[in-house]
Amino acid sequence: MTRFIERHPAWALILLIAVAVMLWLILAVWPPGLEEAIGRKRVFLNAVFNGITLGSLYFLVASGFTLIFGLMRNVNLAHGSLYLFGGYIGYAISVWTGSWVLGFIVAFIGVALVGVVLQIVVFRRMEGQDLRQTMVTIGLSIVFADLMLWVFGGDFYQIQTPNWLVGPIELPLVTALKSSGEAVYLRYPMVRLVIFVAAVVIGIAMWLALNRTRVGMMVRAGVDDRDMLAATGVPIQLVFVVVFALGAGLAGIAGVVGGTFQSISPGEDTRFLLASLVVVIVGGMGSIPGAALGAVIIGLAEQLGSVYIPTYAIVVTFLIMVLVLALRPQGLLARR
Amino acid sequence: MSLVQGAHRETSPPAGARANLLAWPEFNQPAVWVVAAILLIMPFIASGFFLIEIFATTLILGTIALSLMFLAGYGGMVSLMQLTVAGFAAYMVAVFGMSANTNISLGWPWWLATPMALVLATIFGTLGGTLAVRTEGIYTIMITLAIGAAFYYFTNQNWAIFGGHTGINTIATPKFWGVDWRSDVPYYYVTLGVAAFCYFAVQYVSRAPFGLALQGVRDNPRRMAALGFNVNAHRVAAYAFASFIAALGGVLQVWNYRQISPGSVSVGACIDILIIAVVGGITRPIGPFIGAFIFVILRTFALDLLVKFGLDGNRFRLLIGLGFLAIVFWSSDGVIGLWERWRRRAADTHTRPSGGHGHG
Repeated sequence: MTRFIERHPAWALILLIAVAVMLWLILAVWPPGLEEAIGRKRVFLNAVFNGITLGSLYFLVASGFTLIFGLMRNVNLAHGSLYLFGGYIGYAISVWTGSWVLGFIVAFIGVALVGVVLQIVVFRRMEGQDLRQTMVTIGLSIVFADLMLWVFGGDFYQIQTPNWLVGPIELPLVTALKSSGEAVYLRYPMVRLVIFVAAVVIGIAMWLALNRTRVGMMVRAGVDDRDMLAATGVPIQLVFVVVFALGAGLAGIAGVVGGTFQSISPGEDTRFLLASLVVVIVGGMGSIPGAALGAVIIGLAEQLGSVYIPTYAIVVTFLIMVLVLALRPQGLLARR
Repeated sequence: MSLVQGAHRETSPPAGARANLLAWPEFNQPAVWVVAAILLIMPFIASGFFLIEIFATTLILGTIALSLMFLAGYGGMVSLMQLTVAGFAAYMVAVFGMSANTNISLGWPWWLATPMALVLATIFGTLGGTLAVRTEGIYTIMITLAIGAAFYYFTNQNWAIFGGHTGINTIATPKFWGVDWRSDVPYYYVTLGVAAFCYFAVQYVSRAPFGLALQGVRDNPRRMAALGFNVNAHRVAAYAFASFIAALGGVLQVWNYRQISPGSVSVGACIDILIIAVVGGITRPIGPFIGAFIFVILRTFALDLLVKFGLDGNRFRLLIGLGFLAIVFWSSDGVIGLWERWRRRAADTHTRPSGGHGHG
């Protein structure tokens, strides 16, 4: 952090000002002039919160993607299919048992198993040929998409939110003042906040697992130099399988989250593949903090864009990607 | 210096051109002449449906896939946005030309709208390429896929220029010299002419100094940079050339269907182009056309075929996906590679009795 400030004082200042402006916009009661210029504060706050919670969903998808890429140099373009598959499993389980949490567990295990099979049966055979692996993932994504269309049809599915999470919750953020001077507080869906907290917990757990455990050490060493790690006698194939399972499982969980937030249907796989691509390009390939930062940036850009410039919202996301590629092609938080 | 070069250039073309023409292996193989003759007299053999739905479509998809083959085969850059460039050209034809969506289309005549579309699409593809060459290798796929997907979602969202998810319909096609160029036979010859032009252009460029330098960049960028070549400039120029070819394909496509909508530039369609190029083989310019032929035949007849075998006819994409996986698994250079391997094996068994114990 201090090194960044020392090396790029101008950028640090700009960032600081941007963060300060954002905080003021969120915390302060807006003066009437501002409300006239860009609309009500409630709309803005909702967009910000939607953006951050959408970012947490993107983080769940993209962290698995980036982890797999970082260790195995495997651009898994079937990652969106794993997301969609997780969503379908979660839906089926939650309808069958009526339990939302069970849906998560089964989706994680089920999709992780798919990941294990893929790694052992397919990707191990073509290690080091990254272009060929990518082609295979493209082929797999087509096959998976069609199989899922076959089984589940083209309908939209929405996973039922459990009763204890239904309904809004009042947050200590003032959206406006009534004429009597009484403050109006922001009400926000409980389930989204819970998901956000869960994503943060998962992110921190992942960071701890990577930085404080022995397996995490192996994974990090593998990201830096795979061949050297294998030469020291670490069972690298096992590490690969574990990481692939974890990455796929996270995509599965994300599928259940996405099915609860929004809905799952054919085509969502492409949407989330694109989201994880952009998040990872912006944040930096192979970096978990990068995925978190990229996910929040893209989530915010998407939601704020769709509120304030509806027909050009995707352009904002895209421009962010272009800007990052122009200024820092390796991504914001990548080391190389 | 420049004078000498100029003089040299002035005297050399006739001799050079003749030598070049004979040096092209295409003109020394009888099979090539047979295929060319069949393609030329196709309208007398095939009916309207086959002519347009099979052969013209093959030529169009082959042209778009050819641009990917050029980038991937000679430049080592697998770009998934070639269909997006083609789609952009198609949209531009619709926006500048005449269509039923009068609030969008500017109503320019075709001879103004088409060059405009080609130029804009080439610029679009070149800009995308400039972005993509900022990173290397496998990242190219990710960035170009992101560009393609972003364009798809953008066309879906934007009503002012791209007509939202319904797209632009009833686009006017050129009519001049008393010929309706969209009627089956003239249209077939237009696509054949454009495809042949693109094919020979790629063949020519691949042997020109630029193409050779590009292949050098593909094989060893650092060495080429050390030799004084501007690596990124060569890559961007390759994107520009490929974008122009893709744009030609896109213009033909919009003339064929007379409408353009986001569905035509979806991610699935982008990936189809990659499948076509890979299945045909990305080592030779003829590969994409073979791949396109297989793809179109499968797409047209898979339904009947699957139903005949008692399967669900809607599983066409499953068939395509599995076929693609099989090609990637067993023959990384596509159908061409399979054929060449088969021929080599045939030649081996043929020479073995007479060649004695040469194998060791």
